[in-house]
Amino acid sequence: MRNPLSDKVVEIKPSGIRKFFDIVSEMKDAISLGVGEPDFDTPWHIRDEGIYALERGKTFYTSNAGLMELRQEIAAYLKRRIQTEYDPKSEILITVGGSEAIDLALRAMINPGDEVLIPQPSYVSYLPCAVLADAVPVVIDLKEENQFRLTKAELLSHITPKSKILVLPFPNNPTGAIMEQRDLEEIAQVVIDHDLFVISDEIYAELSYKEEHVSIASLPGMKERTVLINGFSKAYAMTGWRLGYACAPKLIMEQMTKIHQFAIMCAPTNSQYAAVEALRNGDEDVAMMRESYNQRRRYLLHRFQEMGLQCFEPYGAFYVFPCIKEFGMTSEEFATRFLQEEKVAVVPGTAFGDCGEGFLRISYAYSLENLKVALGRLERFIEKLRNEKN
Amino acid sequence: MREKILMFIEKNSRIDLKELAVMLGVDEVMVANELEIMEQEGIICGYHTMIDWSKTSTEKVTALIEVRVTPQRGQGFDNVAERIYKYPEVQSVYLISGGFDLMVILEGKTLRQVSQFVSDKLSTLEPVLSTATHFILKKYKEHGTVLCTGESDERMLVTP
Ligand SMILES: Cc1ncc(COP(=O)(O)O)c(C=O)c1O
Repeated sequence: MRNPLSDKVVEIKPSGIRKFFDIVSEMKDAISLGVGEPDFDTPWHIRDEGIYALERGKTFYTSNAGLMELRQEIAAYLKRRIQTEYDPKSEILITVGGSEAIDLALRAMINPGDEVLIPQPSYVSYLPCAVLADAVPVVIDLKEENQFRLTKAELLSHITPKSKILVLPFPNNPTGAIMEQRDLEEIAQVVIDHDLFVISDEIYAELSYKEEHVSIASLPGMKERTVLINGFSKAYAMTGWRLGYACAPKLIMEQMTKIHQFAIMCAPTNSQYAAVEALRNGDEDVAMMRESYNQRRRYLLHRFQEMGLQCFEPYGAFYVFPCIKEFGMTSEEFATRFLQEEKVAVVPGTAFGDCGEGFLRISYAYSLENLKVALGRLERFIEKLRNEKN
Repeated sequence: MREKILMFIEKNSRIDLKELAVMLGVDEVMVANELEIMEQEGIICGYHTMIDWSKTSTEKVTALIEVRVTPQRGQGFDNVAERIYKYPEVQSVYLISGGFDLMVILEGKTLRQVSQFVSDKLSTLEPVLSTATHFILKKYKEHGTVLCTGESDERMLVTP
């Protein structure tokens, strides 16, 4: 029999998270600080709307781009939140999570050999999706001393004549880093000067704790160069509904919609109805969840300080990214031992890129009681490690 | 800040002050002061414990009683309400809009005890025109807390 597989796919490394998941799932009664999704249930009024949509028989395909009603709500939302206007008819596409939007954007814009600049540590899917689209991924290692923000100098030093797209993953999973207006302005200038495009993954936009999230698409001259990606998973605690969206200039959007039309057809219909309700009446829920995450964020940072565990202050998403270099082991060794000895799952920073070595991703999408227990165990564990060293 | 403190302790009044201060990003002394002032101002009226008595061996029955009354000249409903709420077995008294006037929530050891209260004490008050007593059969949710189910974390242990 011939080899049935594509070499390109076979060569892609499986996600580092997957590997860790396999270890964790064999562990009985482990507790976790390892999830990348909210601990809240989807607010009931949103779920109710999803149920109601099913009851009303909304069980058919929607148009490829998604319900017009939803696209209009998204346009209104973006105008309200990031002061940027998108045409619901030609510039907004409803996708199966932000995940699909990332894939579509890359596939619609890349020619073989084009370089895609990917700052890391970052979400696991940019790099494989770029490879699948025949791009050459160029990783930019972000640094703790810059609070894991992307600097102009870092960007400049990775640009070549083949550079075409910059992925901008802020607020960031796994570091919790954000980019503020002045940081974005510097990046935007480079993007314009070098005629690049930006895929801005703003799925955590609503979970910003310092000031209101700023989108690079809102800066002068940037809307026409940006594919903005957002979704309902994180802000509205709707991960399982699989619903996100992309906004882009018509030229790009037409091609993204073409792929979506053939590969997906349309995003889940009842999720789309629920999302309309989320955008219309969900602001209070989002504010409540944001406040709750922010409280836990402060609590976690305070506890790290008490333990003497080094960690920069993240202002976004629901992750902290403490540094464990003092213990002289790799992230994976640390995470594995922590799991085996204290039964707490955390994700090694290396799951999000090589430069995550020496760090852990700890999620605070957990109840306070849960966090307390897990942090108690972390404290005991690092004391043990410190004693071992002496 | 007051609102944030109140929203937090309404759900969890046993929180350590220091932890609360950390989570709100303010000074501990400030939180302590605010709490004290709010106690004095009667904004914070107590720190109670929510108990699901049905899970204990102690017998309790709760009744919601709709009461229709004739308001009294110069006092409206306040005087009747007071005569009712002074009874320690009365948990809550509300003046409400709609088809009747006062909603009384009563807790007793037995059905008999509750019925006796209604017939002997409540209906005999002069301004009381009529009562309708509803016994609570099952409590699903109280004070924003769901009592009937234990919810578990459905998420996988690690996800990207
Ligand atoms: C940075 C980032 N982008 C995109 C996604 C994909 O989210 P979804 O497909 O649920 O919208 C995630 C999920 O963890 C993420 O962390």
